[in-house]
Amino acid sequence: MALKADELKVGDTYTERLVEDLKRTTIVQYAGASGDYNPVHTDELFTKEVAGYPTVFAHGMLTMGMTGRMLTNYVGDGRLTEYGVRFTSQVFPGDSLDSTATVTAIRDGLVDLEVSTVNQKGVEVAKGSATARLD
Amino acid sequence: MAVEKFPVEASHIMMFARSVGDDNQIYYDEEYAQSTEPGAVIAPPTFVQASAQFEPGYSLRPQVGGDNWFGSGGKPTGVKPKETESSGGGGGGGGLHAEQRYIYHRHPKVGDVLHTVNKPGKTWEKEGKRSGKLVFSESITEYYDQNDELVVTAIGTGVRTERPVDQS
Repeated sequence: MALKADELKVGDTYTERLVEDLKRTTIVQYAGASGDYNPVHTDELFTKEVAGYPTVFAHGMLTMGMTGRMLTNYVGDGRLTEYGVRFTSQVFPGDSLDSTATVTAIRDGLVDLEVSTVNQKGVEVAKGSATARLD
Repeated sequence: MAVEKFPVEASHIMMFARSVGDDNQIYYDEEYAQSTEPGAVIAPPTFVQASAQFEPGYSLRPQVGGDNWFGSGGKPTGVKPKETESSGGGGGGGGLHAEQRYIYHRHPKVGDVLHTVNKPGKTWEKEGKRSGKLVFSESITEYYDQNDELVVTAIGTGVRTERPVDQS
């Protein structure tokens, strides 16, 4: 299922809940799949006592990966041509995230999207853009 | 460090898709994937990050036979005195991932064998309110396939903070 140019307009939005009450085990799962075993994501003792954070926190790339799921659900499989985010705030266990894509331009068979993922307090944790091919 | 051989495998895509909570069957079921527009099990958008699995000596993975992993063992850090901190960060004012961008020339699929070429990017500094001086550095990784065709360009920006990010 891909998006159709003649059914889209600038300002259209699509939102998905990415995760509710993020579990530490989910972060461990991402560490294992991605190969990024930085202990600040999974090792409470190290993170508190050496790194100086209140608890472990999610990989930025876990947030980007879940946000990417929202995007592919919206634009269709294999349709992204570009996708980028800035990590604007850390994501901690217990956080719930919602992600929104907003159409900013429709041009030559492509759609440009603004991408924003926020936590349960409304704080933006990832902000970026994406481009996808349209039918 | 460049990755010489990154085989894109079905079970790795399955595990990666699970880890980002994606149950789209294009990542799990070859028969279903054949019925989709890409026509094959493809990689989720951020999958190439997992090329770290194929990077020899990757600093954020405990090495087989290595005994100096910086995460906790009996003590909060496994780094022995006198040793310097691992390059991956995570120390007092450690390295964090600030930004990531991908340009998809096509989407990797099961059976591809990718390799990477790294190119240096910009570095710059900024004064941060919540973590002191910030040093940003960009790195560009190009993923090529078995036919030496460019598949994905990844532009990553890391930041080293002077102190941990203030949470208040």
